[in-house]
Amino acid sequence: MMSATQGKIAAPVPNVETQAYWDGANAGKLLLKKCRSCGQHHFYPRALCPFCYGETDWVEAKGTGEIYSFSVMRRAQVPYAIAWVSLAEGPAIMTNIVNCDFDKIRIGQRVKVTFVPAENGQRVQMFEPAD
Amino acid sequence: MSIRGAASIAGIFEHPTRHAPDKSLAQLHAEMAKGALEDAGLSKDDIDGYFCAGDAPGLGALSMVDYLGLKPRHVDSTDTGGSSYLLHVSHAAQAIAAGKCDVALITLAGKPRSDGMATGTAPRIVAPTVPDAQFEQPYAPTIANMYAMVAMRHMHEFGTTSEQLAWIKVAASHHAQHNPHALMRNVVTVEEVVNSPLVADPLHRLDCCVITDGGGAIIVTRPEIAKGLKKPVVNVRGAGEAPKHTDGGKVDLSYCGVRFSGRDAFAEAGVAPSDIKYVSIYDSFTITVLMQLEDLGFCKKGEGGKFVSDGNLISGVGKLPFNTDGGGLCSNHPANRGGLTKVLEAVRQLRGEAHPAVQVKNCDLALASGTGGSLGTRHGAATLILERA
Ligand SMILES: [Zn+2]
Repeated sequence: MMSATQGKIAAPVPNVETQAYWDGANAGKLLLKKCRSCGQHHFYPRALCPFCYGETDWVEAKGTGEIYSFSVMRRAQVPYAIAWVSLAEGPAIMTNIVNCDFDKIRIGQRVKVTFVPAENGQRVQMFEPAD
Repeated sequence: MSIRGAASIAGIFEHPTRHAPDKSLAQLHAEMAKGALEDAGLSKDDIDGYFCAGDAPGLGALSMVDYLGLKPRHVDSTDTGGSSYLLHVSHAAQAIAAGKCDVALITLAGKPRSDGMATGTAPRIVAPTVPDAQFEQPYAPTIANMYAMVAMRHMHEFGTTSEQLAWIKVAASHHAQHNPHALMRNVVTVEEVVNSPLVADPLHRLDCCVITDGGGAIIVTRPEIAKGLKKPVVNVRGAGEAPKHTDGGKVDLSYCGVRFSGRDAFAEAGVAPSDIKYVSIYDSFTITVLMQLEDLGFCKKGEGGKFVSDGNLISGVGKLPFNTDGGGLCSNHPANRGGLTKVLEAVRQLRGEAHPAVQVKNCDLALASGTGGSLGTRHGAATLILERA
């Protein structure tokens, strides 16, 4: 399996619980799950809310957030920036920060979602500077 | 039911090898078992409990008890990564207290160095049925960049510096120079650590542990049995364990699971951090140590950088001697799992068997703590408080 350390994005393997998320990504939408019982968003998406086991619905995220933490992987054939981004809706999401100068990435920086094809063509969310 | 006083550590063994291409994985487990039995003065047929984790080949403990010729009445293959073996000591004490076994053997072995494994810098293969895999693997999480994000956040929230983290490696290297088996025996300076190449910002090459083959074993038994054996008795006084995870997206990298495992271990032992004479702290990276020292309460949250500076962790120099064998940062990190060797050096200190240059005077109470998995996502934490009988 190729990976980002070799400049390729490992293909995610969807399942029946998550297929809608990946179809959303191919349509350029970042989908989250929101709980019908406690009203909270969570990530990664589950059929039952991890906070209360309530039923959940897919909702489209705004696609904006800020960098909670990050690290530039220097020891890789193609260096890349991994991050936790706190979404406007609340949950933090693991991602790569792209389309920027890695030396200028900062915690607290505002970012917005973009979609990048993985090695099998499935589009996956990544984030780039919002300003 | 408390395990306080219910069990003793009667035998320990750390394999001297750091590179074992000429031995099989199962063979190494057997050498660990033999070594710990010899240390305790017990024989194979005394063992009626066996503990192992994911480094052991086979389904749970089954292939290993077969290979090792054991006939236990209690097995436990709980796997929380590198912290498993700290937790196994606690589980063995529980099993002994409950009458489920009398002499428990814990083994660890691995050959990542022989196998040429890029332990921390290549993404690990995760089965697609693991629920987090599809949402994380496309971004190439590695052990190094996951811990790096914890360090980056700590620097942001608390002003911790690379120089402060470097002091942790410096202290480990001061101890490793006295360990003839340590992989890295050269004493390093803060400057050498911060000038070593960046692996994953802000962690440098010398912020990382070594990659070694080898392993070790521990024998846990009843205090009544331990008293009749040849080594000074070390009792389990308290223990705690806790997993920590991404909490549905409420990610908080400012603390690790040791906040809870430490709290429970201190409560069970009835002691405070100021009572502890020596600590073994799992040190996959320098940041791993800093996080645990804060979460154990040896200093306030956010003040770990200041606490570890200026040699405070060096035996004979600072207030809290740690990892006097050189730890995973300099001596040994067998199977990429550092929890078991943490117990071993704590036992050596309590027995008075540490190298004279690093032996802590009047060492009657020690703590061993570890995490396993990834501090940046999900991990297991375990803490033990051990005392000289
Ligand atoms: Zn809910």
